[in-house]
Amino acid sequence: MERHGVLVVGGGLAGLRAAVEAKLSGADVAVLSLVYPMRSHSVAAQGGINAALGNADPTDSWERHAFDTIKGADYLADQDAVEEYARDAIERVLELDRWGVPFSRTEDGRIAQRPFGGAAFPRTCYAADHTGHAVMHTLYQQSLRLGITFYDERVALKLVKEGERVVGVVAMNLRTGELESYAARAVVMATGGAGRIYARTTNSHHSTGFGMALAYWAGAPLEDMEFIQFHPTTLYGTNILISEAARGEGGVLLNNRGERFMARYAPEKMELAPRDIVARSIYREVLEGRGFEGEYVHLDITGLGEDRIMERLPQIWELALKFAGVDARYEPIPVQPGHHYTMGGIDTDKHGRTEVPGLYAAGECACVSVHGANRLGGNSLLECVVFGKRAGESASSDAASASDPPSGPFEEAEREVEAWIGRLVERGGEERAENPYHLRAEMQRVMWEKVGIFRDEEGLSAAVAELKSIRKRYWEGAGVRSGGKTFNVALYDALATGGMIDVALAVASGALARRESRGAHYRTDYPRRDDENWLKHTLARFTPDGPVLEYRPVVITRWPPRERKY
Amino acid sequence: MRVEGEGGGAGVPAGGSGETVVFRVRRYDPESGVGPYYQEYEVPYRPGMTVLDGLLHILREVDQTLSLRYSCRQKICGSCAMLINGRERLACETQVAEVGRTVTMEPLPHLPVIKDLVVDVEPFLDKMKASMPYLIPRSDSENIRVPPEEFERYRVASDCIWCAACYSACPAAYSNPYYLGPAALGQLFRFEVDSREDPSVKPLRLVIADDDCAGVWRCHQAHACSEVCPKHINPGELIAELKREVLRARISGRI
Ligand SMILES: Cc1cc2nc3c(=O)[nH]c(=O)nc-3n(C[C@H](O)[C@H](O)[C@H](O)COP(=O)(O)OP(=O)(O)OC[C@H]3O[C@@H](n4cnc5c(N)ncnc54)[C@H](O)[C@@H]3O)c2cc1C
Ligand code: SF4
Ligand code: FES
Repeated sequence: MERHGVLVVGGGLAGLRAAVEAKLSGADVAVLSLVYPMRSHSVAAQGGINAALGNADPTDSWERHAFDTIKGADYLADQDAVEEYARDAIERVLELDRWGVPFSRTEDGRIAQRPFGGAAFPRTCYAADHTGHAVMHTLYQQSLRLGITFYDERVALKLVKEGERVVGVVAMNLRTGELESYAARAVVMATGGAGRIYARTTNSHHSTGFGMALAYWAGAPLEDMEFIQFHPTTLYGTNILISEAARGEGGVLLNNRGERFMARYAPEKMELAPRDIVARSIYREVLEGRGFEGEYVHLDITGLGEDRIMERLPQIWELALKFAGVDARYEPIPVQPGHHYTMGGIDTDKHGRTEVPGLYAAGECACVSVHGANRLGGNSLLECVVFGKRAGESASSDAASASDPPSGPFEEAEREVEAWIGRLVERGGEERAENPYHLRAEMQRVMWEKVGIFRDEEGLSAAVAELKSIRKRYWEGAGVRSGGKTFNVALYDALATGGMIDVALAVASGALARRESRGAHYRTDYPRRDDENWLKHTLARFTPDGPVLEYRPVVITRWPPRERKY
Repeated sequence: MRVEGEGGGAGVPAGGSGETVVFRVRRYDPESGVGPYYQEYEVPYRPGMTVLDGLLHILREVDQTLSLRYSCRQKICGSCAMLINGRERLACETQVAEVGRTVTMEPLPHLPVIKDLVVDVEPFLDKMKASMPYLIPRSDSENIRVPPEEFERYRVASDCIWCAACYSACPAAYSNPYYLGPAALGQLFRFEVDSREDPSVKPLRLVIADDDCAGVWRCHQAHACSEVCPKHINPGELIAELKREVLRARISGRI
């Protein structure tokens, strides 16, 4: 058994920032991660990271950043947390600069900042168009410099508890297939978002939400799970993000009749209307039969001409060519909306603590909440570094006074996990076993069709029932047709699927209960925001029969809710 | 209208045309006691399909014993480098249509195979780590200013995704186990020219670069690295620049 003061589960941006902080405060820290850190989803972030540095416009301030975040959140964010977050942002970004992030620069050598959706000032710091890659690699590099211990290609399968306290994890080593126990005085979850519970998502293949499920099973509630951000334009086929830049430069959206359909939904702003409106409009076209087979519409940039495309949108041109085989200079790009960001997550306070002693969380798997009902672009990388640092700090200071866990609970936890794996592998030999990939696909389809862009009572009730039946079929009948120990990808995927189904159920149940529309949660049967009844956070607690929901008021400090208009 | 789950691509009707392609995968399972062999799969084809789409179709629908690495599926995480029809490529950014109706996939050469398409990347990572791939911050680093020209010098080198394609393709790294290889030397260069670093560290970087067995002089300029690099980093050119830095430092007596 390995023992550490602080164990961070997940090697993405939030996990590494937590680990660096714990190390700097003198803790014995290790990072356990399913993929090598630089393979984490965080590297895919493109646009940038927000902080009111005022480099592009000196009148910007952290207060404006806080306000934009709260307004973007449709007033569901906790304002005390947002204030601290926007204030910390400045120092966190400057620190990244000292550590070596290759930020793009202004003429006089300061960090360049650009405008981004929902922000009143150009506040987004960037490293060309791969900010996530730049920040992630820098954090990984600094982790190497500090000599942080890494357990790579290990997947956490269970949080181990002694009484009420989390004392470590049981993980599978992908390379050997063996179960391993990791004891720690504090465990920080930093396992990323849950995009893969949807059939269409811009997230990496490993953004499954599995880590959220582990915490949920261990007794930590999941907060505001019904809030899922959909991006209007993802590439048909792999759902890779096609950024707003294509529309910003003059790209137009066309349906199967060649109509510029945005004229119907947002006659003034057309393609440049806010993300959620564009996403709904595209999907409406598709539902009403004006999309193409496969549920997409055309994003046409051919009108810009070859030269402008190659000069202004080379990345988008390359993406379409490499990932969809489409040459955007001569043909339209097939696009459709897809899941983009998971606002909800493991409920934490401003310092990364969950209500379960010994358990912390940060990054997209956590919910503080600063994003409320809708996250602004550039705010999630920031969340990873601000709250990653805070979680690392709390974990190491709490760990200093905690005692080392006994080994008893680990033996029992290993036996439980072994039984889970044993059942999956054993059933794999049976003809009638359910293919976990098919169960996963069914769940993804239910989520997309019934817990997606348009939601209503009927669809959501059906979704909850269907997910419950998928859950039952998983636990009673799923089998993996691969029994090997070495790098058994199908086994890992099957295990994660078990967690994903419960996360999906929390999303669907929260959405069914919330009879209003707010931010990204759009109910066709309750199209208005309802502050009187619903200005509150949803907390879902795990039970095998489905989530039990509770509510908690939103913290309002100085910005009373107003109508959200852009 | 029916939305499939994440198939080859989410929501994509698979192989509506009935067209197929042949995927030839080099298989190896250390537990079986059988040597490596090639296995052929018939995979439904659709226009726009990538090699990774095809491999995931096999894993999910045909053969769950297949092992491979993948994560971002958008050429930014560096997980999926492999030999595709004899050349180091990323499976996720390779269109099937671009490589032909029969696609052969093999694990990256020059690294030990763990299983099927999964190689042990530790030897590559050890070389990366030996190049001090991290900035050692200056103590006086308040109010940082980086001239845009300096940023331009390390911009391309900092695009590296640590995919190991170049390392695998490099004949010098193959014949000399001590040679750091193109990606690691590229990182050495990247930090050498970054003024945010403590200046007292710079000579150490150049000494590493100048090492007789491990450093820049082992590069034979085969330029295999630059040909395969999916990020168009041109590590060969970075090594050439690093050589010039080393020579300048020698002449000026800095190292
Ligand atoms: C295409 C795209 C573009 C984006 N652009 C931006 C942007 O411009 N600005 C912005 O602010 N945000 C952006 N985002 C959002 C942002 O990238 C993410 O919110 C953020 O990177 C999440 O980081 P994380 O550290 O929480 O998780 P991740 O980076 O997803 O890391 C999760 C880690 O957990 C590990 N893990 C998961 N489960 C387990 C387990 N069971 N056991 C062990 N390890 C596990 C994984 O291996 C991984 O290392 C974008 C997102 C997408 C999809
Ligand atoms: S230099 Fe290019 S080929 Fe080599 S590891 Fe980096 S990205 Fe891959
Ligand atoms: S899957 Fe990330 S580079 Fe191919």
